Amino acid sequence: MSPKELLETRITGAMRAVTGTGDPELVPQSRLSGPMPWVIAIMVAMTVIALAAGLALRNTVISAQAGLEGGLTVQIVEARAPERRAQSEAAMQRLESLPAVVGLRLVPKEELDHLIEPWLGSDQGTTSAMPVPIPALIDVQLSGRADEKQIEKVRAALVAVAPAARVDAQSGWLEPVYDAIASLQWLAIALVVLLAMALAAAVLMAARSALGTNRDTIEIVHLLGGTDAQIARVFQRSIGVDAAGGGVVGFALALIVILLLGRRFAGLGAGLVDQGSLGWIDWTLLAMVPLAAALLAMITARVTVMHALRKML
Amino acid sequence: MSKPTGEEIVQFDNVGLRYGTDREVLRNLSFTLFPGSFYFLTGASGAGKTSLLRLLYLAQRPSRGMIRMFGSDAITLPRERLPLLRRRIGVVFQDFRLVSHLSAFDNVALPLRVAGAADRDLRKPVTDMLEWVGLADRMDARPATLSGGEQQRVAIARAVIPRPQMLVADEPTGNVDPEMAVKLLRLFEALNGLGTTVVVATHDVHLLQKVPDSLIMRLNKGQLADPTGALRFPPRRSANPSRHGRPAA
Ligand SMILES: Nc1ncnc2c1ncn2[C@@H]1O[C@H](COP(=O)(O)OP(=O)(O)O)[C@@H](O)[C@H]1O
Ligand SMILES: [Mg+2]
Repeated sequence: MSPKELLETRITGAMRAVTGTGDPELVPQSRLSGPMPWVIAIMVAMTVIALAAGLALRNTVISAQAGLEGGLTVQIVEARAPERRAQSEAAMQRLESLPAVVGLRLVPKEELDHLIEPWLGSDQGTTSAMPVPIPALIDVQLSGRADEKQIEKVRAALVAVAPAARVDAQSGWLEPVYDAIASLQWLAIALVVLLAMALAAAVLMAARSALGTNRDTIEIVHLLGGTDAQIARVFQRSIGVDAAGGGVVGFALALIVILLLGRRFAGLGAGLVDQGSLGWIDWTLLAMVPLAAALLAMITARVTVMHALRKML
Repeated sequence: MSKPTGEEIVQFDNVGLRYGTDREVLRNLSFTLFPGSFYFLTGASGAGKTSLLRLLYLAQRPSRGMIRMFGSDAITLPRERLPLLRRRIGVVFQDFRLVSHLSAFDNVALPLRVAGAADRDLRKPVTDMLEWVGLADRMDARPATLSGGEQQRVAIARAVIPRPQMLVADEPTGNVDPEMAVKLLRLFEALNGLGTTVVVATHDVHLLQKVPDSLIMRLNKGQLADPTGALRFPPRRSANPSRHGRPAA
């Protein structure tokens, strides 16, 4: 072939040279290698676990609060058993007549004994010479919230028929517990934010070092007429691939941990925890974590590379 | 026919270049390159040939002076417009600058890909080009496994394949035997015959005689040898209108 023939070969792409935006496969993808995918995997796993914990805690608080909000407990604190029984019955009748009360239950003696057993032993009030007097307990469900005003009303209604009655909101008992859970929830949120920042920092360093080791390639592509966007895209994609791979591994790890922990809690059969299980919205949120990580990695890589390129001619 | 002077492809006016705070390595350069001409840039090692070419292929901005390329002011041109100008320039770097993790094929295909060519469009031209420079059996080789001469041929193939408007080659035959050097020069001439302005830097005076129609720029310690040749380069032969009248194919 004469050199002229060689050069006269029409190259469709070259004809577009002036407007071309470039083939995405400018420079082949780098393989999954180096610490980057693993760093991302660990970050994603920790983020997902922290987020899952936060969501489970929130669900616990919400479902428990819904049940407890309208709940009141009336105790008849009276040492003499006959008197206690009389006042309990009177209180029940009076409560029944109140319009705000939608549910009413006198907790049976056996149930009370059972509740107290772990603290005071099993033979309370039966065989013991000096039985510890146990107050009678009435569970009251109000139609609305059991706020101070409602409690006052109930107290006023009971004072005449059952002077030994003590009225408390059920949520009040558990308030410190919920406060603690709420702060745990904030802790989980703070952890998620910190992990996201650490992830961004890790990606930033990875992008910088990739930029350093590939400076030659970048300069060459630059001098061949590659645009900043084309060059950034090469990096963005290869870091995106790393991040996606790491994200999948990390999510799988987190999934195993969550399911195992969930099982253990379910095994406890404790009321608090099984109300805190994760719904499908929660799972969707968790699944967004690896996606968000890959996105964050790509954006960080792009910004880093574009910034470095702007310093070149 | 002589082209109107408004169509000069490169124009330098009183250009100076210094690296950092050193002395100027290029001084008072004033010259014009016309479309379709073939230039040799000669001078001793260290005279500033590579530095001048770096200005030509837009890897470097001068410290002073004015440069116009393809009708644009290259000094004030915004960064975003540089890529499109660079795609009109083919470069053979003195140190080849092949992408180390790409095969010979992918290196040659790179400028076409940058310009947006699809894989199916570039397979044949790239293969033909590599065959022509004698690397048919080395297409999948990485640069590190190629000899200096082979790398140089890949670099030349990469510079030539997009059929640039201007080809800038820095000592492009320094690592090949004389026979291959002549063959590569024929490639440059053919490109030149298709209308490309060619600038070849070399310190090999024998090469100059191989292209009879070429124009010669001599650099001496950062200055063009004929200091009065400002804007009239080359002082003697620019008077010959047939030089500029080469029909662009
Ligand atoms: N990047 C650089 N930084 C500082 N000095 C440089 C650089 N590149 C070249 N020089 C100096 O500029 C002068 C000209 O070099 P160069 O353009 O490479 O000459 P040639 O290609 O003709 O051998 C030399 O003195 C060289 O040391
Ligand atoms: Mg040089």
